[in-house]
Amino acid sequence: MSETKTLPTEYVSHPGEIKSSLGHTVRTDEMIINMGPQHPSTHGVLRLEIVVDGEIIVDVIPHIGYLHRCFEKHAEHMTNYQQVIPYCDRLDYCAAINEEHSYVLAVERMLKIEVPERVEYIRVIMAELQRIASHLIAVGTFGIDAGAFTPFLYAFHDRELILSLFEMTCGARLLYNYFWIGGLSHDLPPQFVDKAKEFCTYFKPRIKEFNDLLTYNEIFVKRTANVGVLPQDVAINFACSGPMLRGSGVNWDLRRDDPYSVYHKIEWEPKIGKGEMGTVGDVWDRHIVRMREMEESVKIIEQALAALPAGNVQAAIPKRIRPDAGEIYARTETPRGELGFYIISDGSGTPYRVKGRAPAFVNLSVLPEISRGGMIADLVLIAGSVDIVLGQVDR
Amino acid sequence: MEAFQNLGFWGTLLVTIVLSALPLVFVLLYALVTIYLEMKVAAHVQDRVAYMRTGWHGVLQPIADFIKLIQKEDIISVAANKKLFILAPYIVFMGTYGAYAAIPFSSIFIGANIDLGAFFIIGISSLVVVGILMAGWASNNKWSIFGAVRSAAQMISYEIPTALAVLIAVMITGSLNLQEVTKFQAGGIQNWLIFGGPLPLLQKILITPFTLITFLILFVASLAEVNRTPFDLPEAESELVQGFFTEYSGMRWALFYVAEYANMFLVAGVAVALFLGGWESPFGSFLSGPIWGLFWFIIKGMVLVFLQIWLRWTLPRLRVDQLMYTSWKVLTPFLFVCIIAIGLILVL
Repeated sequence: MSETKTLPTEYVSHPGEIKSSLGHTVRTDEMIINMGPQHPSTHGVLRLEIVVDGEIIVDVIPHIGYLHRCFEKHAEHMTNYQQVIPYCDRLDYCAAINEEHSYVLAVERMLKIEVPERVEYIRVIMAELQRIASHLIAVGTFGIDAGAFTPFLYAFHDRELILSLFEMTCGARLLYNYFWIGGLSHDLPPQFVDKAKEFCTYFKPRIKEFNDLLTYNEIFVKRTANVGVLPQDVAINFACSGPMLRGSGVNWDLRRDDPYSVYHKIEWEPKIGKGEMGTVGDVWDRHIVRMREMEESVKIIEQALAALPAGNVQAAIPKRIRPDAGEIYARTETPRGELGFYIISDGSGTPYRVKGRAPAFVNLSVLPEISRGGMIADLVLIAGSVDIVLGQVDR
Repeated sequence: MEAFQNLGFWGTLLVTIVLSALPLVFVLLYALVTIYLEMKVAAHVQDRVAYMRTGWHGVLQPIADFIKLIQKEDIISVAANKKLFILAPYIVFMGTYGAYAAIPFSSIFIGANIDLGAFFIIGISSLVVVGILMAGWASNNKWSIFGAVRSAAQMISYEIPTALAVLIAVMITGSLNLQEVTKFQAGGIQNWLIFGGPLPLLQKILITPFTLITFLILFVASLAEVNRTPFDLPEAESELVQGFFTEYSGMRWALFYVAEYANMFLVAGVAVALFLGGWESPFGSFLSGPIWGLFWFIIKGMVLVFLQIWLRWTLPRLRVDQLMYTSWKVLTPFLFVCIIAIGLILVL
């Protein structure tokens, strides 16, 4: 644990010690404000209790739990393992496919099932499409946090195209229930590959356009560079993951460092923040990491589409799924970071215990640490750059 | 106004009321048009179509919005200071509308042809700050207070560059009367103050870069005066919810809104009168005259309003310290340089 940051000297006030021009002592005080749960930029029902001295933030205390839905308890009370999957969708509703992926992976590893290669490729394609969709929400709403509304709609326009691909595949646009244990709910429709290739071709110039509009905008850079700096050691100590961690310059991506699916057969590289505009680990770095990850995802999708083998999309699995008694922890790289499911089986048809390690929750815990000494406007940006989804934070 | 001198008390009163209501009609019509324009421009910037169902391409939507706002319940929160809360929107609107008195719409129509026109506008539009502070304080809401204080700091800071830019125009034309300033720029686009005004050629060539910069600074400062992006901190939605009018709803809220839009045209109008030739036709005597004058003034003003809208839907927002930095360390020093340079050139 790093030592607590002290406020920069120019921000330190001395309550009760300010003299007015007439010589009176003016009483100044810290003020406590509640940002949220109904506030436009807490990205859901997060409540931030902020102690401010004027516009300067002295402390931030996040209060969570407004969206607690007893996911873990529900998981224990299903009649079988498959029924948990739709609940996983609802953890991170912006990246449902990635949540399913973690859970399905955990159960498959417990059962020691090998899934067909086609399934793995389709899973990679879907997970990366979902990653783009999720990052689009993240950078779009981040634009709103910075006061630019237009990039948000550009992002949503492109996300819509991805959702149409999903709809074409499994009928759902937000919560898919598409990855099943040992396979998928449906095979890809015949026109999917062409449409997905079309999307990749269309999307690459759009990233550049988005960067021109927002990322390299002078005002935006001024607002985000050197703000909310998350040093490497703090990031590691708080167990941050995903773009939060990579933004701080730590080269760690589960897709490469704890390979699952067929990521090891595909050529790509994790993107890290380099402090191009300010300090390594500032808000701008986290933003640019998301932008560049989208480019990488497009690369992955294109390669996976090219290498997509034919075959069955369902492995042979037992009729009744009863893993042997034991435990497993399986993790995947979701758009928000490391999502792991720790499942304990007692040999029965339902999980004995399911624990989700939610990256948004862990990343949120670092928020007070990096917000102190900034301004309210900075806090909004920092909270936006953490990219929380309250469904996942509260579970 | 000489024509109305022999009407007696009641006649004068009637004429005064009618004449002073004319800008009000304009402001209300303009607000409806601009709200529509804002939504449509925003939509097209964002690759959407905006409202299409109320009338042809949704032209009736502002009216529908207006009717809806009238019907809304008038909510005043229990903890609010009721008197100030009710009074605030009127003061804001008054400050804005009062300034319209000295705006020269046409060669024959100006509410009050006073010699200190430009000064009067700067002075009376400062009343808006009082109204905003009042609204923020009376709402008894921490976010509103934040918005109000930010707004006060911002408007007061940006009055300096605005006033300095006005001063430059006054230095060149030698008058604070906006009619005089406009007439000074007669004779076509090359005589506008933004291009140095009708000065001898050498002076004109020397002075043009400085007047261009002054106009740009005036435009930027006016964005801050009317709380538009990138200076929309007082109502920064993602930070302060709605800023100083968070607690307002219905017609009171609409009054703030109308005042804001009226303010947009006001600052555009001042910039037009000072630097873009006011109601003078850009083609010299071609298409000039009182009615054409009105047309040119409104067209030029609306172009600037369009620019404001365009910027709003493109740029992110500055932070408080950056806002102050821009005003005190960038705009104001530049204007001082311009003042000295223009002063020297004029003495030449």
